[in-house]
Amino acid sequence: MPHITRRALAAATAVLLGATALTACGSGSGGGEGAGTGPVELTYWAWAPGMDKVAALWNAEHPDIRVTVQKQASGDDLVTKIITAAKAHEGPDLVQAEYQALPTLVSNDALADIAKETRGVEDKFAPGVWQQTTFGGEAVYALPQDSGPMMFFYRADLFRQYGLTVPTTWDEFAATARALKEKAPDKALTTFSANDAGLFAGLAQQAGARWWTFEGDTWKVGVDDAATRKVADFWGGLVAEGAIDNQPMYTPAWNKALNTGEQIAWVSAVWAPGTLTTAAPATKGKWAMAPLPQWTRGASATGSWGGSSTAVTSDSQHKEAAAKFAVWLNTDPKALAALVKESGIYPAATAAQTSGALAQAPDFFSNQPDFYTRAAEIAKTTAPAAWGPNVNVAYTSFKDEFGKAAKARTRAAFGTALTSVRNTTVADLRKQGFEVAP
Amino acid sequence: MTGLTSPAPRTTAPAAGPTPGAAQGPPPAADAGTRGPRRTALLPTAALVLGALYCLLPVAWVLVAATKPGDALFSTFTFLPGTGLGDNVTDLTAYRDGIYWRWMLNSVLYAGLGAVLSTAVSALAGYALAVYRFPGREAFFNVMLTGVLMPPVILAIPQYLLLAEAGLTGTYASVLLPLILSPYGVYLGRVYAEAAIPMELVEAGRMDGAGEWRIFLRIALPMLSPGLVTIFLFQFVAIWNNFLLPFIMLGDDEKFPMTVGLFTLLKQGASQPALYTLVITGALLAIAPLIALFLVIQRFWSLDLLSGAVKS
Repeated sequence: MPHITRRALAAATAVLLGATALTACGSGSGGGEGAGTGPVELTYWAWAPGMDKVAALWNAEHPDIRVTVQKQASGDDLVTKIITAAKAHEGPDLVQAEYQALPTLVSNDALADIAKETRGVEDKFAPGVWQQTTFGGEAVYALPQDSGPMMFFYRADLFRQYGLTVPTTWDEFAATARALKEKAPDKALTTFSANDAGLFAGLAQQAGARWWTFEGDTWKVGVDDAATRKVADFWGGLVAEGAIDNQPMYTPAWNKALNTGEQIAWVSAVWAPGTLTTAAPATKGKWAMAPLPQWTRGASATGSWGGSSTAVTSDSQHKEAAAKFAVWLNTDPKALAALVKESGIYPAATAAQTSGALAQAPDFFSNQPDFYTRAAEIAKTTAPAAWGPNVNVAYTSFKDEFGKAAKARTRAAFGTALTSVRNTTVADLRKQGFEVAP
Repeated sequence: MTGLTSPAPRTTAPAAGPTPGAAQGPPPAADAGTRGPRRTALLPTAALVLGALYCLLPVAWVLVAATKPGDALFSTFTFLPGTGLGDNVTDLTAYRDGIYWRWMLNSVLYAGLGAVLSTAVSALAGYALAVYRFPGREAFFNVMLTGVLMPPVILAIPQYLLLAEAGLTGTYASVLLPLILSPYGVYLGRVYAEAAIPMELVEAGRMDGAGEWRIFLRIALPMLSPGLVTIFLFQFVAIWNNFLLPFIMLGDDEKFPMTVGLFTLLKQGASQPALYTLVITGALLAIAPLIALFLVIQRFWSLDLLSGAVKS
């Protein structure tokens, strides 16, 4: 009975297509923006906790521009998501983006230049931070939101117990690690971890490394430049002689080592108190913070680890309104106070770093009342960073290569790893179609 | 064969676990004799026990970890239960005004509706492919089969770009639509329909004057139901666990399913610690509906009662 068959199939197909069409209509009309007379509607992809509460403050004061925060998960996956959305012209108006992700987003045409809308804002930020959102050029691709100046965190009580002094240079740091091993062989000053390249990048930055630079129309990759070699060799040497541990950070074992005092120091950034609160709850009030050890005695430079910015997307229909919100969010004292309180960030705006919102030391560091005063001093010394369009590739390669090197426990392995990271980064840049200097 | 199998138990049994080895009595002598078959049964048992441990240990970990308060999560012995489950659930419910339960509802909607629609399509398509003869049937089926080999992950971004053309991204439909047509479901539907529905029954229905829809709905569907339950479960679990598609499709966290939602608790940026306790508790609660579904649906999984309808 072929005629019945065909009719039945046709009917089934029609039902399916009908359903699809209906859904399409229903959702299409719901998703459209009321671009006519109502307020401007902006969507903002951010991951910082409590950002919706900060946006609510804006919405209460600005009935003509309404911002809706859509909370996302941070990281490289979000960068991919933003780029995909930009390709389909379906992205939000504003995105939160880590500094090292900005070149990737810009080279994918995902971000708008908001130099015109942000005139006069520049001097509210430290030059090293501002440069990360402009790449040293005329265009402004984002406004700095939070920064992560690096510092040295140590267990004040155990340093006293073992008669150790706080290292001010990296040589002293190495000597301290050896001294501790001698006095307490089952303890370690800290660990070399390969699972977050941001830490190593920050240390290299402090030493003066410039990983990506742009000249004319070619990229120069300096992932294995002299400064970075020095840093890799230093840590490789400490791991090889067994002066420090070689286990990765952010694992249950690492949490335990911090909590029980097996590791008594951590090279980290201003946000460390938050991490320590969950990782090592038993050590509350026993830590202290000091500036990062220096390569030359008397110098004062630090790197940055973490930190993010607010960017306007190239697809936004309301770039001016979006930029206005971004400026408010990152420079208005009220907004910054709310960001500190609700999102727990360390603001990039210099005025906010010494403001009332940060008058009190973090709970975990209540024994160091001038925590944020000192932090603000250190933040001023942040060395400039040089990010390129494939930081994610370099970071992934770093995790693999230095993970192996840390396990191998030889100085030479660290050097080999650095060369591999450099080669992988260069090869990927070429594959993406960039001109790369040899 | 014996050369391959007989040394294996000797080397693996003591290492794999002394308990089954001890239960089997003294270690096997050089000449196996009557103990031969028993020895060969040891290896599969040990393998299955290992497999079960491998699957259940992480679940046990989640179960125990969800009972620990945040400060005990990494500091106490891994399998020592804590007393904080109630607090953890309260904290999870309080997190951003209970958005977790919204994600749970979204997941139920995506997985429930998606699985029902996909099962319906699979049943219709499978039945049509099994019962009707029409030009292009095999070609269609073969194209479908290549779809089985295609991991859904690599389709997520093309699907996103397609749905963006239709202006559907960011809607509930954007997650539901790509999941309705499941190549594997259609494949199962056809195989099952071919095995379960005798052509004689379809012919008998036609002789008695029943229309094709009536035959499908009243005769074929009841016979297909155990197979459809399987397809439903497969699809439900697949959608429930789906991550990349909703991650790419949805921007609004109010529409997230649980998988994507919990991810936002884990990744809050470098300056914020991950909310492990809440994520673990959320993951535990996310298993509960799946277990309940399996328990409820098991009874429909029984053998088809109509299997004796025709003599063959």
